[in-house]
Amino acid sequence: MEIVVALTVGVLVAIGIWMMLDRGLLRVVLGVVVLGNGVNLAVFSAGRLDGLAAAFASAAGAPALAANPLPQTLVLTAIVIGFALFVFALAVLERSWALHGHVETDRITAVAEEPAPDLPAPRDAA
Amino acid sequence: MNALVVAPLLIPLATLVATLFARPWPRAVAALSLAGALALTGAGLALVALAAQGGILASQAGGWAAPYGITLVIDRLSAAMVAITGIVGSATIVFALARDEDPARGRDFHALVHGLLVGVCGAFITGDVFNLYVWFEVLLVGSFALLVLGGGRRRLAGTVVYVVLNLVATMMFLLAAGLLYGASGSLNMALLAQAFAAGEVPVTAHAAVVLMLTAFSIKAALFPVFGWLPASYHVAWTPVSALFAGLLTKVGVYALIRLVTLFWPEAGIAHEVLLWVACATMLIGVLGAAAQVEVRRILSFHIVSQVGYMILGLALATPLALAGAVFYLIHHIVVKANLFFIGGIAARLTGSERLAAMGGLYAHAPWLAVLFAIPALSLAGIPPLSGFWAKFVLVEASLDARAWVAAGVALVTGLFTLLSMSKIWNEAFLKPHPAGEGSGSAGSGSGGDGSGGGLRSADGLRPALWAVGALAAMTVAIGLAAGPVMDYAVAAAQQLAAPAAYIDAVVRAGGN
Repeated sequence: MEIVVALTVGVLVAIGIWMMLDRGLLRVVLGVVVLGNGVNLAVFSAGRLDGLAAAFASAAGAPALAANPLPQTLVLTAIVIGFALFVFALAVLERSWALHGHVETDRITAVAEEPAPDLPAPRDAA
Repeated sequence: MNALVVAPLLIPLATLVATLFARPWPRAVAALSLAGALALTGAGLALVALAAQGGILASQAGGWAAPYGITLVIDRLSAAMVAITGIVGSATIVFALARDEDPARGRDFHALVHGLLVGVCGAFITGDVFNLYVWFEVLLVGSFALLVLGGGRRRLAGTVVYVVLNLVATMMFLLAAGLLYGASGSLNMALLAQAFAAGEVPVTAHAAVVLMLTAFSIKAALFPVFGWLPASYHVAWTPVSALFAGLLTKVGVYALIRLVTLFWPEAGIAHEVLLWVACATMLIGVLGAAAQVEVRRILSFHIVSQVGYMILGLALATPLALAGAVFYLIHHIVVKANLFFIGGIAARLTGSERLAAMGGLYAHAPWLAVLFAIPALSLAGIPPLSGFWAKFVLVEASLDARAWVAAGVALVTGLFTLLSMSKIWNEAFLKPHPAGEGSGSAGSGSGGDGSGGGLRSADGLRPALWAVGALAAMTVAIGLAAGPVMDYAVAAAQQLAAPAAYIDAVVRAGGN
């Protein structure tokens, strides 16, 4: 089981990094998501994968072969946070498309390197 | 006592919620926001006073004892960081009052700043690795929205770089936290430190820590992973970039200091690597700045360079060097935020932040020249300002540790920093304004005098000047009263160098 999960994590991370090296911002954002899922799976595997019982402790005591619930809660937290960040990244992607007319990463970074525009006179801005 | 420990989290969180409810009334939002930031400063100073008595305060969330509850810890370093966070946050909010260009932006700004402050304070006081990850995410979400605030092509482009690189760093951190838990069975920093000291952890736990430190290095903008910082900080709204410049990389530096001193208190291979990284960071940052021709881009590269000094202190790992790093952290946050503020005011007065299009500020606004000179000279390390003492201690510590190269690099970097600051001084202040002089009279340009050029009036910038003046006064005060501040830093470094007290405080703080 561990070997399968380890390989899956490795493949997911590799795919994620490969996608993030792409020129299109959409694939970069999706690459971040794939990478994030690989990482989540890795964190999940920290809580033992061979636990057959759910970690419910009753008055009679905890089951002998239980999975460690802590990494599961950690992953739950990470999934929620990751989802929020993914939505923000999508919003940035959408605005980039609207403002730049394309989503090519090297052309977008070139915009950030452009000389600073002159500030409008204070009266105009107010 | 417990209430005070959680105050740095509750105050900005309550302020955030209050500003959201007060959204229809911009003045109320600003007032609440400022009150919240000042309250945070007050709580931070109270914590400093408490921590200065020598004890380490630990609080277990929900009263669960150490391995189960999330630990919040206040020692001298984290208390000082919370106080300085409150001060820089307050200055940012005061500064933002001056820029009334866009009221809607101002309103969102306050809620987001407090969201950011929650994350920053949380990262400073938490004693749990996974909780640190959560605070990093909290401050990251706030910083994403702040960076893009106001919109525009250039700002969005900078945000793309910032978002992607920071997401990758956070994922590395999460992965490292998971692996560390898998290898050691704990996420509580004190218990981890105990296990590391006793040699009870497998070698994979050390590997996970290395991965974690790499993630923090990206956050702290160390060589060779600093590229995102100068590619994004210069696009933000002035108060936002000042807040980022002051606080965000320093959270990464703080996390590095905290984990390295806890897990590897003895100098070892990691310190050796960090020493070379620190030297490269100092030098590459300052050389990068030399190639820049815009105020905020120059200052962004200087953030990178200055972070190198703090890591130098950490890498040397002697109590004196750690004290230097702590002092540097305190001094640098104030100075760097202030320089970004002044850069923003200078750009507002000259109509540009490109050095070529600036000029004439010395004749137009001599008070700004004085206010610029204080943090600029402090950054370069000219006595008696705060930066001198910070650099002096670090160079002395390097010489004590026979790290000749590091001492040399630190001195050369100081020299280049001075060069860089004099470049801004010559171009923005001394040289006449390229679009015709403002004919030397400060009030002549009141109101917009055409979009083309000429110097503009400082009308409406009064709150910004208060913020800048207060931070400049603090820089002078830290420089003149270096003794007490350095005593505090030395005591903080002693706490860092001997993690037994930290571990003890957390373990004893058990549930109640």
